[in-house]
Amino acid sequence: MKTLKINGREVAFSDEKNLLEVIRKAGIQLPTFCYHSELSTYGACRMCLVEDKKGNLIAACCTPPREGMEIKTHTLRLLKQRKMTLELLLAAHDRECTTCYKNSDCKLRKLAHDMGIEEIRFGRKEKRLPVDDSSPAIIRNPNKCILCGDCVRMCEEVQGIGVIGFAYRGARATVTPAFNKKLSEVDCVDCGQCSSVCPTGAIVVKPHIEKVWQALNDDSKVVIAQIAPAVRVAFGEAFGLKAGESTEYLIVSALKAMGFDKVFDTCLAADLTVMEEVREFMERLDRGENLPLFTSCCPAWVKFVEFNYPSFLDNLSTCRSPQQMFGSFIKNYYAGEVGLSRDNVFVVSIMPCTAKKAEAAREEFAVDGNPDVDAVLTTQELIRMVREAGIVFEELKEESFDMPFGFATGGGIIFGATGGVTEAVVRMLDGGHKRFKEVRGNEGLKEAAVLKDGREIKVAVVHGLKNARELLEMIKQGKAKYDLVEVMACPGGCVGGAGQPVPADAGIREKRAKGLYILDNRMQLGRADENPMVRMLYEKWLGSPGSEVSHKYLHTHYRSRRRIEGTDIKFGGQQGKVNVKICIGTSCYLKGSYDIFKAVDRKIKERNLEDKVSLEATFCLENCTSSPAVEVNGNIVENADAERIERLIDQLL
Amino acid sequence: MATATGHDSRRSFQRVNEIIETHGRDPVHLISILQEVQNEYRYLPQEILNYIATAMNISPSRVFGVATFYENFSLEPKGKYVIRICDGTACHVKNSTGLLNMLTRKLGLKEGQRTTGDLLFTLETVSCLGACGLAPVMVINEEVHGKVTPEKAEQIIDEIIKKERSQND
Repeated sequence: MKTLKINGREVAFSDEKNLLEVIRKAGIQLPTFCYHSELSTYGACRMCLVEDKKGNLIAACCTPPREGMEIKTHTLRLLKQRKMTLELLLAAHDRECTTCYKNSDCKLRKLAHDMGIEEIRFGRKEKRLPVDDSSPAIIRNPNKCILCGDCVRMCEEVQGIGVIGFAYRGARATVTPAFNKKLSEVDCVDCGQCSSVCPTGAIVVKPHIEKVWQALNDDSKVVIAQIAPAVRVAFGEAFGLKAGESTEYLIVSALKAMGFDKVFDTCLAADLTVMEEVREFMERLDRGENLPLFTSCCPAWVKFVEFNYPSFLDNLSTCRSPQQMFGSFIKNYYAGEVGLSRDNVFVVSIMPCTAKKAEAAREEFAVDGNPDVDAVLTTQELIRMVREAGIVFEELKEESFDMPFGFATGGGIIFGATGGVTEAVVRMLDGGHKRFKEVRGNEGLKEAAVLKDGREIKVAVVHGLKNARELLEMIKQGKAKYDLVEVMACPGGCVGGAGQPVPADAGIREKRAKGLYILDNRMQLGRADENPMVRMLYEKWLGSPGSEVSHKYLHTHYRSRRRIEGTDIKFGGQQGKVNVKICIGTSCYLKGSYDIFKAVDRKIKERNLEDKVSLEATFCLENCTSSPAVEVNGNIVENADAERIERLIDQLL
Repeated sequence: MATATGHDSRRSFQRVNEIIETHGRDPVHLISILQEVQNEYRYLPQEILNYIATAMNISPSRVFGVATFYENFSLEPKGKYVIRICDGTACHVKNSTGLLNMLTRKLGLKEGQRTTGDLLFTLETVSCLGACGLAPVMVINEEVHGKVTPEKAEQIIDEIIKKERSQND
């Protein structure tokens, strides 16, 4: 065992990747803004500076521990240095703490307090940058950004997207989407992980709290809540309970105290999802079509496919997510059963997720502008509302869910952890209550196989969109072959969602997942088809899984999306007799659309057609499933090749 | 030089593809690629940056980050004549600021604006051109003018404007 000295005391270490980890293990919580064990080391915030024997100040996060090292963590010099850095950060920060959403969770505010900063000697930044609230899920306020880069690395390294990045430099340096566009104009999938690592209020979740209070105080509305599985194992963290302790009955009680008319369980909708998805999967398996089947419960993942892998859109399950299935059967079925109209029912989801806000706002999930799900509260927002209402958590008496939609099987409950959807589906395929350990746990990619009617079914489970991207590339290149693939955008699945209390690091996520598996163990019914309420829905309303009614109300469709708005390459040539627009978006580019461009351009030049044929490159014709796409005189030619386009031009001339 | 006519910008677009092909798609070549693309267009058009990101399989925000980090890259179209005023120490003490103020007024540039509306001139400052003996220094495109007084600078600009007008007539 190797040792080093921290503040004169001998500390043993082994394979810790940096000095900071050793110091924290020794019980000293050195502050950091830019250090997250799951992200790469950046070394920008200078909070974790320590002093070595020679008097050098070194950043502990960027220094490997060495045998015999002697360091100190709070010499006078260090205290002064840290305070100075913090003061500088605060000078450039919009310090409207009392009205800041992040107030109670803000690392900057907490540290300023812990370090006793009472005065900031530097002037304020005069120039204010615009706040971006264009996204349905998150709000970005660059005036509160301290440039720690956590969000940038989260988006790039864990989610593999890189929607936001550093731009400009020096005093003008900022974090922004490409070309200073708004989040709604770029390929952001609303997962919100950037907000969960942001130490300040620079990126926060877009709250729906006000909408919900309004509905609760509107006598004409019957307000119905649904609680997602992952919420119940994290909610208690805000009130001193341990991560993973289940609190669903306390949440029901709190919601009732706030004035909710009915409180149901999203897990039941998850059971319904399993019924539909298994049916769909078996059909595809029989026909050998559109395999692997990708799960569609995670809206961030769905959007990710729409933006980046439109050629896989047909592989996505057409099943709506549990949240949307719930909204649909409440508004389209239950409301009628209890003599209410759609407009009089207000559905509120309590979700661990920010992308659910964007999902609820998708136009497919509304009838005449009235959405199936009216408001989405994250776990954090619910905690806030409980506090706002003055409800004393410790005094809450457990209350059970309302019927008929308050009963779920274990299969629906484990949806909140990565691998849960797969396990629930496998139980249906298997016909038992299998504890399918191969797909549990925190591995980035989990693979397993099950036998169904003598046929081996290969399943894969990934979480974190970067892992998903890698898997998609493997499938594309034919290096991997599966029948069923579950994808959750957030690390750990929904328990690690960006709407959950922070921090949500690996250890806490695992505890929450464990909490869900404990709940599953307690349930006598573990398989979706055993759920009596789900059976009732089929008997009274849907008929059977995959029926016409099911398809109308529980399934959906997808579309390809442009990754970035407003970036056509126009050549300004005169509109001629034939106008050709060639798509050079990702999907078409990779399938050789530029070769078509070259061929057409050559033809124009060789035959002097400049006055007759105009040529343009566009970034997306939104027809990515049959790329490359070329538009000729307003008509889209799918799966185009150079020869075909040239022939077409000849014909038109 | 890229102009607004269809054919030239199409040619430039093909040049972009050639440039990417020559360098390869490893992101380490991004800066060299951007430099050459800027030579082609005289600035970095947004749609071309987006295209480069697609072709190199990196995020547009990353390309934007690199393009905005370096002073030398411009995301705005530049004028036909790029005027660089040296504002290094030597030039600064020899009244480069006066020169700059005069030119800003002369060209009718507002605060933050660098290029004239007719795309004829772009006015920039540089930190040091290494010709301190000639301070203050003004460079127009590749042509270096030493020991420039505001009066002399005005004269040079007037000549350019005259030349451009006569060409257009």
